[in-house]
Order: sequence, then structure tokens, then C-alpha cells
Amino acid sequence: MTEEVLRVEDLHTSFFSRKGVVKAVDGVSFSVHKGETFGIVGESGCGKTVTGLSILRLLPEPAGKITGGKIILEGTDLLQLSKKAMRAYRGSRISMILQDPMTSLNPVFTVGDQISESVRLHQGLPDNMVEPEVISALRLLKIPSPEMILHDYPFQLSGGMRQRVVGAIAMSCRPRLLIADEPTTALDATIQAQYIALFKDVQRQTDVSIIFITHDFGVVANMCNRVGVMYAGKIVETAATRDIFKNPKHPYTIALIRSVPRLDEKDERLYSIKGQPPSLMNLPPGCRFYPRCPLGEEICQREEPKEVEVAGGHFVSCWKVK
Amino acid sequence: MFSITPTIEVKKPEKQYTGLSRRARIVRKLSLVVPLTVMVLMVIMAIFADLSWIGLPDVGLSPKAPNDGVARDKLLPPAFMEGGKSEYLLGTDRLGRDVLSRIIHGARVSLSVSLLVIAITAAIGTALGVIAGYMGGNTDGFIMRVVDVALSFPGLVLAMLLAVSIGPGYWTVVFALSILGWAGYARLVRGEALRLRDSDFVAQARVNGASSMRIMMKHIFPNVLNSLIVIMTLSVGMMILAESALSFLGIGITAPQASWGSMVSDGRTDLDRAWWISAFPGICIGLVVLSGNFLGDWIRDKLDPRLRQQ
Repeated sequence: MTEEVLRVEDLHTSFFSRKGVVKAVDGVSFSVHKGETFGIVGESGCGKTVTGLSILRLLPEPAGKITGGKIILEGTDLLQLSKKAMRAYRGSRISMILQDPMTSLNPVFTVGDQISESVRLHQGLPDNMVEPEVISALRLLKIPSPEMILHDYPFQLSGGMRQRVVGAIAMSCRPRLLIADEPTTALDATIQAQYIALFKDVQRQTDVSIIFITHDFGVVANMCNRVGVMYAGKIVETAATRDIFKNPKHPYTIALIRSVPRLDEKDERLYSIKGQPPSLMNLPPGCRFYPRCPLGEEICQREEPKEVEVAGGHFVSCWKVK
Repeated sequence: MFSITPTIEVKKPEKQYTGLSRRARIVRKLSLVVPLTVMVLMVIMAIFADLSWIGLPDVGLSPKAPNDGVARDKLLPPAFMEGGKSEYLLGTDRLGRDVLSRIIHGARVSLSVSLLVIAITAAIGTALGVIAGYMGGNTDGFIMRVVDVALSFPGLVLAMLLAVSIGPGYWTVVFALSILGWAGYARLVRGEALRLRDSDFVAQARVNGASSMRIMMKHIFPNVLNSLIVIMTLSVGMMILAESALSFLGIGITAPQASWGSMVSDGRTDLDRAWWISAFPGICIGLVVLSGNFLGDWIRDKLDPRLRQQ
């Protein structure tokens, strides 16, 4: 296997509020290799976005805090860095595309200004070198006639184009790791497909590792090499994308895949998982999925399941999986 | 996949169609030209009232010395009215001083006080507002409590206190108006900054590794500018009026010296027989306030990239 770019070990992130402590991420571990796309899938509120923000150390302060674990990017533990050193990492070695890229551009500056911000901040280039860098970032994202777009304001661009500009900003310093937080949710299906194809292409050219956060299994199938399925702040199953679809082990993964509408099925009622995810403030003692699990047993209620490797690179946390 | 590069050259149409009728275009043009002319004239008036600033107090636009009255010429109506003298174009006041000369000299005080105060208050208020809104938490709490105190403090009482302690005069007026005036700006800007802080482009800037300082300067401030300019231009009038109120109370500009506000209040007692003493400086205040508002709108439109296109 290729070189490991990022390793997250036993990450704990909590939000402290007057009502209590919300354990948004509770012991998450995974790793991302060079040029690979790792998907994090799960329903709303399971901690996907918080995991992404924790890696960048950009949790909303003062409520959010990383309470334990390690985040190792190419041998450096990001949690040990000073604030200033961390800032130098953001945008240059790790960047992120936010949930709604449509509004991620500052309305009063031109596209060129905004891309060059990141270039100037991190590369310390002389002024005459900035523009070629910016244009090459726009080219990387296949933006037609970048020299013209450079002088446009965000509102003059279409949604799909703005999205690519945001991508160009993220890629402008050729980061090693890109965290994409549901970047396709705000797009319609055709543009979504184009965007994913575009990202695969960018990845091929730059060898960037991507963490792709999504709730859409269709996107996962297209985009990711490996997937981690998250439920209530924990990764319950990690495997190569093929294995997740062919041979899902965790009952939650099975249920999630069953609830994706399929073209080859006749008029059946779409499967849905009963109940609600547990409150992260008040977690059940045993397996978090127990209250909704069709296979639940007595031990599931009592003790949290350990992670077991069922096949090469396929990890599951469930008592029912041997 | 999307590698089509457009090579079609679009020729610029000779006359750009702006979607407005001829009349609307003229009105639009006038709404810039007229206020701009008024403002420029007022400023020229203020600067060249006399040339005392290069040592020539007797040369200037002002036809007469503003503070020297001629007793037998008191309360003369403007030249175009019956009984008016051609040497006093806008009449004289009860001390026989030329109203036009006093208006020209008064422009100096009125305009400079209001511009100075606006510059000071807007700068302080904006800086504190952006910091409070962006930083949040205790910083925000502290700054906003100071703002609350400043806003709840009766301005006139403070001004009187100042006049008593440091004496009346030009700088007392500037100081008295500035010391409380910043609070309004701080509150407005803080609200905007608070909204912008949670906007996606600020989050994106943070993701790109921008420092707090940079985010405040580059992302928050330019987006606050629009509302700021509107408030600044609106307060031109307010400041001229505030200055006149202070002068009227004897805290501001002292007796023989003229400011528009003090002239309006001086003429008040003779309003029934000599309306011109108050009316002409009043018209000047009105003109400056109106032009200020028009210009403010225009500047705001120019600063907004969405409206800049036309």
C-alpha cells in the first residue's frame, strides 16, 4: 500500500454547553493514504463534519474542544502544533471545501483576488508570480478561459462555476490532504456527476488525498476508494468501497445501503431505519445502534462492541459479527 | 470533458443599452452632478472664504469681514428685495453684519466640524465594532457595555461638563461630539460583523489559513463598508445640527464667529421681520445634508460590485 498521509487515532471531540457535554466524535480512528479518497458516510448529526473540522482544528470556540487522540499528518501531530503553525498548515497542506460552496466566496472581491489570497499567504511569491499560480489553479479545475474569469465577481458566475472556483482555492497551494464536506449536496444531479469526475481528475494530476464527507452512497460508490461508516460519533465499519457494497457487515451499514433507492427494484416501499439516532449527550451504555438494531441481543445493550477485522482492511464493530 | 475554450470575440456595442429611458438617464446623471456641484462649491467656499491660511486675511470670496457690523445697516433685507442694498446680497443681521459673508465663513466651521467628527467617530466605532463582532465572547461583552454607557449618556450634559472644564471652542465641540458619537457606529458595525463572522466565506478564509486580523481587515471590513457609508453621509446633517445646538448653548463656537447652526439660532428672535438671517444658513444646511445623502447613495452603488456593472 502507498504511503500514509493522515492518521487519526482515537479522536474525541466534544461540545460543552450549559445543558451538558455533547460527544460529537467519540473515539474515531482511520487513515488516509496518498492519492486515495476516503469516504465518511453517515446520517445528519453523526459527527462527520465535526471530524473534518477537528482535523483542521477549526471547531467553533469556545464550545467545541478536542479532548483526546492524535491527528498525524505526514508524521506531525497537528494537535501539538501552535496556533500559528497550524494556520500555516491550513490552506497549504490541508484544505477544505465547505458544505455550501455557493456562499463560500466573498461577494466584494474578484475571483482572482480570492484565489490569490491563499497563494500569497502560503507561498510568499513575488507579486508578478501570483497570477500565473492562480491561473494554473483555475486550469486545474478545468475552468474555461481563466484569464477572463479572474476579473469576475462571484455573483457573475453560475453555481457550477463558483463551485469550481472554490475547488481552485482549495487546490491553489497543492495541498496533501483535501477535506470535502458534502461539496455536491447543493448541486443538481448532472453537475454533481461532472464535479465528481472533475475531482477524480484533479486527484490523478496532483496525487492529493481526499476525505470525502457525504451522506450519499451513490457519491461514495463513484468517488471513494475506502469508506468509513459513522454512527453517533463512532466509525462502525471501515472497508474498501467494493466490500462495503458487496459484503456489508454492520447492521447499520446494511440498513443504510438498503435505504438507497434502486432502479432495478419494483414498486416496493423504500426501506427506512426505524427510530432516531441516540442523543449524543446521553449515549446508551452498550452498542449505540442497539435501540434500532434488528439483531440486537442482551450483550449489545450492556457492552460496547470491539472493533474486529473480518477480512483484510475490513473492520467492523459489532457483537454479531464474528 | 469541459475543455471548450470560447474564442468568439464579442464586439462592444457602440452605445450601451442600459435599460433606462432617456429621461431616467438624465435624472440619474443629475442626481450625481447636482449634489457633487453643491458639495464642491461649499467646500471651495469654506476653503477660500479668506486666505488667512497663507497670511492674506483680506483677500477671499467673502465680500465683507464677517464679524464687523455697520450699525446703520442693521436688518437690511436681501438685495433683490425692496429696501435692500446691493452690497449686502443676502441682507444683514441685527448688528449690521453681512449674512453672505457670515455664511461663507460659517461653512468653514460647520463643514470641518462635521467632517472631522464623522471621520473620528466612524474610525473608532468601526474598529471597535469589527473587533467586538468578530471576536465575540468577553471582548464583545465589554465593548458593547461601554457602547451602552456611551449611548445612554446625555450628550448635552457631557458637552456642558467639557465646556466648563476645558472651556468652549472649536475643539471642545469636536471632542464633545466625538466622545459619544462612535458608539452608534460601533453598534451598527458590530451587528454586521456578527452576521459576517458566521458567513461561509469567512469560514473559507479560516480554512485557507487566514489570521483573525486578516479576516477582519479583508473580509469583514469591506462588507461592512456599504452600511457604514450610508450612516456616515446621513450624519453630515446631524453633526451640523449638533454643532449648532452646542453653539446655541454657548458651548461651541464663541460669539462673533459664525457657524451655520449659530446663525440659524441667532436669527430666531428676528424671524418675523428679518427671516433672511435664519433662512439662508438654513438652506445651506439643507443643501449640504441632501447632497451628502445623494453622494452617499452614489458611493455605495459604486462600491457594490453588483451595481457597479452599469
